[in-house]
Amino acid sequence: MSGSDVTRGGVRGARPDREALTGAAAGRRRRRRGRGEQPMVPEAEFSSYYGKPVLNRPTWKPLDIAGYLYLGGLAGGSSLLAAGADLTGRPVLARAAKLGAAGAISLSLAALVHDLGRPARFLNMLRVFKPTSPMSVGSWLLTAYAPLTMAAAATDVARRYRLVGSAATAGAAVLGTGVATYTAVLVADTAVPSWHEGYRELPFVFAGSGASAAAGLGLLAAPAGQAGPARRMAVLGAALELGSFQLMKQRMGLSAEPYEQGRPHLLLRMSEVLTAGGAALAVVSGRRRDRWLAAAAGTALLTGSAALRFAVFHAGVASAEDPKYTVVPQRERLTERGR
Amino acid sequence: MNPDDRTGADGAAVGGNLLFGPQPDVAGAAGYPQAPPRMGFFTDTSVCIGCKACEVACKEWNAVPEDGLELTGMSYDNTQGLGADTWRHVAFIEQRKPLGGQEPGVAHEDVDVFAAATRLGTDAGSPGPGATAPPPDRASEAAPAGRISPLAPEGRTELRWLMASDVCKHCTHAACLDVCPTGALFRTEFGTVVVQEDVCNGCGYCVPACPYGVIDQRKDDGRVWKCTLCYDRLGVGMEPACAKSCPTESIQFGPLEELRERAQGRVAQLHAAGVTDARLYGESPDDGVGGDGAFFLLLDEPEVYGLPPDPVVTTRDLPDMWRHAALAAVSLAALALGSFVRRPR
Repeated sequence: MSGSDVTRGGVRGARPDREALTGAAAGRRRRRRGRGEQPMVPEAEFSSYYGKPVLNRPTWKPLDIAGYLYLGGLAGGSSLLAAGADLTGRPVLARAAKLGAAGAISLSLAALVHDLGRPARFLNMLRVFKPTSPMSVGSWLLTAYAPLTMAAAATDVARRYRLVGSAATAGAAVLGTGVATYTAVLVADTAVPSWHEGYRELPFVFAGSGASAAAGLGLLAAPAGQAGPARRMAVLGAALELGSFQLMKQRMGLSAEPYEQGRPHLLLRMSEVLTAGGAALAVVSGRRRDRWLAAAAGTALLTGSAALRFAVFHAGVASAEDPKYTVVPQRERLTERGR
Repeated sequence: MNPDDRTGADGAAVGGNLLFGPQPDVAGAAGYPQAPPRMGFFTDTSVCIGCKACEVACKEWNAVPEDGLELTGMSYDNTQGLGADTWRHVAFIEQRKPLGGQEPGVAHEDVDVFAAATRLGTDAGSPGPGATAPPPDRASEAAPAGRISPLAPEGRTELRWLMASDVCKHCTHAACLDVCPTGALFRTEFGTVVVQEDVCNGCGYCVPACPYGVIDQRKDDGRVWKCTLCYDRLGVGMEPACAKSCPTESIQFGPLEELRERAQGRVAQLHAAGVTDARLYGESPDDGVGGDGAFFLLLDEPEVYGLPPDPVVTTRDLPDMWRHAALAAVSLAALALGSFVRRPR
C-alpha cells in the first residue's frame, strides 16, 4: 500500500456514478456541441432513472443482422435484375444476378442462424405462421425464396432444365421484392424509436438500397453492352434510397437525431457519397463504355448500400440506449393530449 | 389443450382489438373458452420500503441466476433494471422533495426527557410543553387516526426516498408475444405472458419489441427470460413468490378487476391525505398497450422510475407497416421494370 487514493484531482478510481443526480435532476444532459453538428430540435429536458435506458438494448449482432439487411436487399434486387436480364437476352448480366442472389441469400441464412441464441433450434422458426411477427413472415418468405434463387442459379450454370430455371427466376423475382422490403418492417416493428418512427419510409429506403446494391453487382460483372439496365437501376435505386431517407428524417422528429451523431452519422455520409457517386459513375461508365469505371461504380454502390444498413442498425441501437428518445416524444404526446 | 398452438390464431385475426385498444377478455381472445379471471399485480409503491424481499423470493422460487455482483454507486439500487436474470427490480430514487406523510420540522433538542419521565403516569393525557407528540386536537386535524398526515404546513423541503418494485407488465397487447416468430411466448389462461423455454430459439426479437425493457436474452444460455407471474404457482392456486414475500403488501396479487378497484380507492385515499403526487400507472385499458396486467401506484412521473410515460405496443402500427412495405415492394418492381424498358443499343 503506497499513498492515499485521495488525490488533488479527486478520489482515484472513483466511479463517475458517485456524482449521479437524482430524480428530476437526473437525465438532464448538456449536449456537447460536436463539430458541424446542428441540433435538429430544441434541447429537451426530461427525467429519467439515473440516465438508464428505458428499453433493453437489442441483442442482435451488428455483423449478422445489419449484414442480413444488406444481403437480403442485394439478393432481392438481384433476382429482379436476373428476371429482366433473362427476358431481354442479357445472359452475362442474368448469370451474375442469379449467382449474386443465391450467394447473398445463402450468406443471409447463415448469418440469421448464427445470430440465434440457440442456433440448433433454427427450425422452430417454421413452427407457426404469425402475420403479427415480421420475423415469422420473413422466415417463411426466405423458405420459399432461397430454394428458388438456388434453382435459378443452378439451372443457369448447368445450362439444363431451362423451363424450371425460368420459372424459378420469375418466382424469385416476385418474392425478391418482398425479401428486399420486409426487413424494414422487421426492424420497424419494435419499440426502438429510430426504427419504429421511420416505418412509413424505411421500406422505400430499403427498396432503393437493395436496387442500388444489385445494380452495383451487375455493373461489376456484366460487360458495358449488357449493363444498361443495371446503370438505370443504379440511378433509380439511389434516387429512391436517398430521397426516402431524407423524407424519413424530416418526419421522424427527435428520433432522427441518432442518425446524425457518431458512427451512424459517419456511415450515412459515407453511404450518401458512395451511392450518389456510384450512380453518377455508372452513367459516365455507360457513355464511355469503360469496364473499369463501371467496376468502380459497382463497388461504390455495393459499399454504399452496406454502409446505409449498418447506419440504420447502429442508429436504432443508439436510440434504444438513450432514455431521451423514449421519454421525450412520449411525454410530448401526453402533453398534447392534455393530461 | 396446448396453449402455444393458439398464438397463431391470436395473431391471425387483425382488428377486433387484437392488436390495440381495450380488450376485456384477453384470455378469451387468445382462445381460452372458459378462462379463469385475469390475474395480475398491483404494486403500491407508496408503502414499498425497498427491502428487496421480492427480488430474493423471485430468484429463489424461479431459480434465476445471479445478475451481477456490483455496486453501482448511484444509489442503493445495485440491480439497475429488469432483464433476463432480474424479474423483479426495486428502483430507489432520492429526491429533494417533501414526502407526504412525513412530519418534518419536529425538533427534539428542547425536550428534557428526564423531566418528562418524572411526569410519567401523573398526567398522561397532556404531555408537557415541548413534547414530541402534538396535542390531540392538533393531531386530529393534521393526521386523522389511521390516515396519512398531510404535508407540513411550513412546507419544509426534505429528502424523500421513492422505492418501487418493477416487474413485467403482462400487457393486454404484448409486443413480445406478437413478434415472437416461434410461438415460444404465449398467453396463459390467466391472461399473463410466459416464455416456453423449450421452444425459444433465442432470436431476440422480443427484446427490442418490449416498450418497457423487460425481457432480455441470457448470454450464456441464448434464450430469453422474464417474469412468468409464477405460472407454476398460479396453476395450483398459490400467489406469486414476490407478492407472498412482500412484508408491506406493496405487491398485491389478485384478479385484475378487483385490483383496479382497490387501486382507485387507494389513490383517492392518498389524494385526500394530501399526497397529490399519487397516480396510477398502467391501469387504464385505454392506454397504448390496452392496460397492464401488472400496474403501479407511483408518487412521481413514470420516467423518474425508469418507466416509459406513454408506451404504445409497436404492433398497433403493424398493418400500416405491412401496407407501406407492400407499396415499397411494388415500387421496387416498377423500378426494375423501368430499368429494362429501353432496348439494348
